[in-house]
Amino acid sequence: MNLVIPSVHYLAILPVLTYFVAALLLMFITSMARTKVRLLLATTITVLASLAALAMNVVQWVYVSNHGASTTVAHAIVLDDFSVIASGVIALSVLMSALVAHDWAVRERVAGVEFHILALSASAGAILMTQANDLIVVFLGLEILSIGLYVLVAFDRHRASSSEAALKYLLLGGFASAIFIYGAALVYGATGSTNLTTVSYFLGSNVQLRPGLLYAGGALLLVGFAFKVAAVPFHLWSPDVYEGAPTPVTGFMASIVKVGAFAALVRVLISALGTQLDTWRPILWTLIVLSTVIGASLAVVQRNAKRILAYSSINHAGFIMLGVWAGTIRGTAALLFYVMTYAPVVVASFAVVTLVGGTGDDHHSIERYRGLARRQPWLGAAMAVLLLSQLGAPLTTGFYAKFAVLASVVDAGGGSLALIALVSAAIAAFFYLRWTLTLYADDDVEAGRVEVPRATGLVIAFGVLVTLVFGVWPGPLATLAQHATVLFTP
Amino acid sequence: MHSSIWLTLLLAVPLVGALLGALVRKVEGRAYAVAVATSGVELVLSIVVAVLYNNHVPHASTFDFATRHVLSAPFGLAYDVAVDGISLFMVLLTSLVVFLALLGARDKRREPAFVAWLLLLTSFTMGSFVAHDLLEFFIFFELTLIPSYFIIAQWGAAQRAKAALKFFIYTFTGSAFLLIGILYLGFMHQHQTGGSLTFAYGVLSATSMTHGTAVWLFIAFAIAFAVKAPIWPLHTWSPITYAEAPTAGSIEFSALLAKLGTYGLLRFAVGLFPLALPTMRPLVLTLAVIGILYGSAVACVTPDLKRLIAYSSLAQMGFVTLGVMSGSKIATVGAVLLMFNHGVITVGLFLVVGFIEQRRGSIQIRDFTGLQGPAPVMAALFTVVMLASIGLPGLNGFVSEYLILIGTFATHAWWAVVATFGVVAAALYLLWAYQRVFHGRAQGPNENLADVSSRERWVMVPVVALIVVLGVFPRPVLDRISPSVQQLIVHVAPSGVNK
Repeated sequence: MNLVIPSVHYLAILPVLTYFVAALLLMFITSMARTKVRLLLATTITVLASLAALAMNVVQWVYVSNHGASTTVAHAIVLDDFSVIASGVIALSVLMSALVAHDWAVRERVAGVEFHILALSASAGAILMTQANDLIVVFLGLEILSIGLYVLVAFDRHRASSSEAALKYLLLGGFASAIFIYGAALVYGATGSTNLTTVSYFLGSNVQLRPGLLYAGGALLLVGFAFKVAAVPFHLWSPDVYEGAPTPVTGFMASIVKVGAFAALVRVLISALGTQLDTWRPILWTLIVLSTVIGASLAVVQRNAKRILAYSSINHAGFIMLGVWAGTIRGTAALLFYVMTYAPVVVASFAVVTLVGGTGDDHHSIERYRGLARRQPWLGAAMAVLLLSQLGAPLTTGFYAKFAVLASVVDAGGGSLALIALVSAAIAAFFYLRWTLTLYADDDVEAGRVEVPRATGLVIAFGVLVTLVFGVWPGPLATLAQHATVLFTP
Repeated sequence: MHSSIWLTLLLAVPLVGALLGALVRKVEGRAYAVAVATSGVELVLSIVVAVLYNNHVPHASTFDFATRHVLSAPFGLAYDVAVDGISLFMVLLTSLVVFLALLGARDKRREPAFVAWLLLLTSFTMGSFVAHDLLEFFIFFELTLIPSYFIIAQWGAAQRAKAALKFFIYTFTGSAFLLIGILYLGFMHQHQTGGSLTFAYGVLSATSMTHGTAVWLFIAFAIAFAVKAPIWPLHTWSPITYAEAPTAGSIEFSALLAKLGTYGLLRFAVGLFPLALPTMRPLVLTLAVIGILYGSAVACVTPDLKRLIAYSSLAQMGFVTLGVMSGSKIATVGAVLLMFNHGVITVGLFLVVGFIEQRRGSIQIRDFTGLQGPAPVMAALFTVVMLASIGLPGLNGFVSEYLILIGTFATHAWWAVVATFGVVAAALYLLWAYQRVFHGRAQGPNENLADVSSRERWVMVPVVALIVVLGVFPRPVLDRISPSVQQLIVHVAPSGVNK
């Protein structure tokens, strides 16, 4: 037997390698270093690795501009502007989360090194998903990402709810992975390949007389993705896991899983199965309507900050899926713009929740926020801005994100779908505003001051700054997102 | 054509004022002084714009001070401002209302934040009126919700949280339809021309569409504006909002923000979808007439003064809607004039009610009797404003209502006939309210009610002056409104040009 080693274009997989190497390095170094400096060392390495990955994204961007998009490793990995931007967003989220987690570990007096190791490898998985051009690689990325997250959710082992959440996540996530890989197998059976380009080519040049196998495969893939992004009715795990996981982990999860999973979803549904547009649209339609409306409605009755944000993120998942439903370049660009602007906001929001949660990380009642903006105007105003951004108020990026996906849907002929989504935004406005108002309530209860460590403060400020600056002037990000999808391959 | 820098200044000055106010918030009363100065500058600026305004700009129909800069091509986002004779008076009203609200309804609770929100609201409202691009208009339209929400929710009366939420959710849901409509129109135009995505008003008004499409788009636009105006039956947020808001807030909402609804209806719903008008006109006219009668009827029995003004506003906005939808040039001119006049009158009514509330801590009609004994000047001021609202000839309310009714009579006689009863009803509920509050013998705490201070008198001077001057000599205003309305009517309802 002759084993052929495929040619590897190392620039394409450099960010993934960086994260893996950094994780390995961290394991090695921290076992040597003294206890005192371990955490600081780990955070530094994560931050440096993320900065390096961002720098590599810049190099990749220039390379793609000069040479065009390309595939490598036997066409299983793709390097195009879309993957570059998406992995850049992931690197940024890792960077922000690492800083928040550092302060959290110091406050909780836990050894936070493992967080960084796991976060680095999970991020490598997420980046791999954005670059996947093969269902097997999508699965690989998904598993690397998920396994890291299962452990991260259980990270706070002194808290029973953390372990409980992890078990729940592990079981349901395992099912989702199994369903996904089964779907991949069926698609392979129907088309003869797992490579997305080949699948797309096959479907473009052949008429499926008995498309049942393909439809079943596509539907199962969709279910797998829907589990990962917590779209209704596959969302049941998410509020419990969001609540149980240590708060910095929740923020980390909410950002990178969305970026990775949606990037892969776009590649699978639009690039590979794009010819079957009319088949999967009704399914997506149902998922979107359920996610936006139920996500927003259930958030209204919650009193726990993390559960509110969990349901809010279900609502956002519905909105992001609008870009997939459109199935056009405009839709893909809108989706990319959405995740680009949503990721920093959601990490920063959970950073505030981490701080307000206090030592022990279990004071997440919405009442904790009563009068926060009166006692600490800057922190309170930051949270207000982050909430308004998630609401979609103008002058924040949230408005343009919603605007972009809705525009793409209306352009694709889905006016009624856009209207339903927008009405859900009005329902969502209810709880975002109630929370904002709680921040500004006249407080009679003398609650303690919330400590704002420097690194976390920086992360929050960055999130607020991004949402405000690009909320006033969305031009650069919009152009970037549009540019990234013009050269979309395969 | 004049430079657009004037309009940009109108948008920027309140923002700078809000920022300055925030910087000096530590010193008591300083932020208020900054805010008053800012709104004074704003008022002067808008008067300059009104004087400079020239309605004979070649190739720009009657728009002046125009400019357009594309901010983001993929989104079709642009900074595009201009005023014509219709928006000009809304601009004037905006700066006048905030100036008077600041002077006459000072609220000392957490004052720096309060005046900052008011100034932000001014800038956003100004933006909505000068926006000459649908997306830009929408952004400003939505932005006005945020300061409004905080003003009600933080400075309102006992049920403020409920009122604020109701207001926000209602308007936000209404504007969902508007956004989808705007997007649909923009893409339809893009697909027709094959060019880049744009939401410029002048460009989009040339979009060709079928009758059915026009009707659907009109409905989508009209829902958002009907909530804002408010037009019956989408008015249910307004009484509680006006009643619970602090006085300055009530003034802003009813005198100013309500005009966004009728202005949007005229400029966008009517202006962009003339094809839909023959189908939609009877429906909207009927709703307007129902609003007039319903508002008047409820105003007769409502127990508190702010709700009384809220329901009377519902009736007055019904008259505006009647004029806007009539398809008659005269009635449309009257409607634009009534938007301005109703703004001035409502400021006067709310200011006087605010004076009373400040002294007595109540707005319930049954708490008052015989106030004209201890406070004759207050009674006199209220009388003038009330008579203007009733539509007494010689005062400003009469001119605009008269124009609306004769214009509408020429095109849609029966609606005008029924609406005329609204004028009679206005006399009924306002005079009855006046009688209960000011007539009779003052007893208890009413006996020693202080009359208006000299400061309060001075605030009322511009209101009364405008009421009288515009009642006797509305010519300069009508001369500025007419050419723009003529342009619009020629475009949307050619048969109504001479009516």
